[in-house]
Amino acid sequence: MIELIVSARCTGCNACVTVCPTNVFEPRSAGPPLVARPDACQTCFMCELYCKADALYVGPDCERRGGADEASLLAAGLLGQYRRDSGWDEWEGDPRFANEHWRMEDIFARARAAAGV
Amino acid sequence: MAVAVSAATVLAADVLVIGGGLAGGWAAVAAARAGASVILVEKGYFGTSGVTATAGPGHWWVPPDPPEARALAIAQRNERGFGLADPDWMARVIDMTWRTLPTLAPYYTFSSNERGEPQYRGLRGPEYLRALRRMAGDLGVRILDHHPALELIADPDGVIVGAAGVRRQAGGDWMARAGAVVLATGGCAFRSRLLGAWNNTGDGLLMAAEGGAELSGMEFSSYYTVAPAGSTMTRSMSYMFGLYFDADGRPLDIRPGPDMTRALAAALMQGPVFCTLERTPEDIRAVMPRVQPNFMLPFDRWGIDPYTERFEVTLRGEGTVRGVGGLRIAGRDCGVGVPGLFAAGDVASREPVAGATSGGGAQNSAWALSTGQWAGEAAARFGRRTTPRLMSGGKPLGRYGLRPRARGRRVDLAGVEAAAREEMLPYDKGLFRSGAGISRSIRRLDQVWCEVADRLEPRQADRLRAREAAAMVATARWCAAAAQARNETRGMHQRLDAPDLDPRLNRRLRLRGVDRILVIPARPHPAQEAAQ
Repeated sequence: MIELIVSARCTGCNACVTVCPTNVFEPRSAGPPLVARPDACQTCFMCELYCKADALYVGPDCERRGGADEASLLAAGLLGQYRRDSGWDEWEGDPRFANEHWRMEDIFARARAAAGV
Repeated sequence: MAVAVSAATVLAADVLVIGGGLAGGWAAVAAARAGASVILVEKGYFGTSGVTATAGPGHWWVPPDPPEARALAIAQRNERGFGLADPDWMARVIDMTWRTLPTLAPYYTFSSNERGEPQYRGLRGPEYLRALRRMAGDLGVRILDHHPALELIADPDGVIVGAAGVRRQAGGDWMARAGAVVLATGGCAFRSRLLGAWNNTGDGLLMAAEGGAELSGMEFSSYYTVAPAGSTMTRSMSYMFGLYFDADGRPLDIRPGPDMTRALAAALMQGPVFCTLERTPEDIRAVMPRVQPNFMLPFDRWGIDPYTERFEVTLRGEGTVRGVGGLRIAGRDCGVGVPGLFAAGDVASREPVAGATSGGGAQNSAWALSTGQWAGEAAARFGRRTTPRLMSGGKPLGRYGLRPRARGRRVDLAGVEAAAREEMLPYDKGLFRSGAGISRSIRRLDQVWCEVADRLEPRQADRLRAREAAAMVATARWCAAAAQARNETRGMHQRLDAPDLDPRLNRRLRLRGVDRILVIPARPHPAQEAAQ
């Protein structure tokens, strides 16, 4: 569930307001948007993918809000992980984050072979 | 912000597409390519909303060469449809998918394998939807995000001439007049916490049924997907490498294959189940973030290494999402038997390609793409022919959760939602069905339904939520009615009290009506009859 917006990073672009499929955020006249409806968050992580400032953090638990704090999140390097691993924006073209989704077919085949099914 | 209903923003187009997921995206593209003016309204955001955006769909992908490959794929899949699929539709879908998917290339960077061959079959969800949005935009589709639809509008002859809904960010209402409407609102997962499915509450099923459309295949609505407990991350591939244990650490006999879900569900009914993915080969572990970038998110955030540590798992119900049932497609153009109304993707019954067994992601994606094409093209033809005479009048069709039969009052919406969830999602009710259990579900759902139909008159601000709740209960009632009528075990519909296939039920079950539900056994498909 959505946990926080890091104010120091947020540029106020309101992309999260636009892309959130369940309308969790609300824009404000200045500064970061308000997490107006956290209970509506469906824990899909899409806001993180579209946040070029890596300012958003969605916790892994979908039914309760965790107690993540800004300092430890920054230290753990978890902000922006999804966008980077997806090879979006400035990560585009970086071979470390290439789209290898097409390997799913092979992986399924190997899993079936390993399980003998 | 309070805006009077009379302040509705009025829109007009040849074609209105309701829903901006995989099917709606392709439908809008197809209608625009056919020369129609197109508006696409989406409850959330066209690009992130729905179950494709958060996943990684492969498509049913069978090259035309060698020529026998497709015939073989169809024959094999038809067998698992248990008499309810249609080989002709399968062939159409395979061919349409093969021809259409590569046209996304200007907007989606298809990867190449080690031999430099482009890989079209599987796409990452967020990139796929972003590409469809861009393509639709370039084709002139007017995209309206955060514009959930509440109801369809019909002319005096019952022809669908538009829809109306809420502008949930901009404020006020919208009303669109259109020559034709494509419903692409997805399936209904009853808010199970299936990844990306919160908006998938069966809205389109209810809207269409209020217009007179029938449903089919609703008994095939019992698909479940594994996820780490407490999370939404229903990316199941890696669980084929899983080892499973009970709370005391005793190994459980849960293995990949067709019975894995039932075995896992049976274990979960006894107590918590723990999993480790330690059988995953090292090279696959290394590549997973590049294959499924969201798969590791919950683990990394919990600080759990799923490849060496044990973590608790659960099953998330998919309802009709990777179930099969939905609106009954009445013709090759994806019309639903109501003039001016077409359906694409998971809102439609996928029995033509899946029969009684879930089509999984691959068949469902191919179905969404193909029916999007056909529905979009047909809506463009229908809509361009009829738009001019439709610029006036029209009757809003929404009843349940909008306009009660008796004097309205406040109804506890959370309670209404809970009834649908609690009668549809528990493993015993979905996977281990019995006539007696289904009857109990029907009684409770009917009771809640009466309250919805007679009394539910939401405040202006609660209309969307009320409609979603009504749609979930309506969908649950169709599922239960069909599950009761199919007094046998066939494909994914398994009845403990009728464990065998009954040849007399070698036919689809059509459902008519919202309030009073009629179950009408369809005539068996000629090709299937011949095969018996």
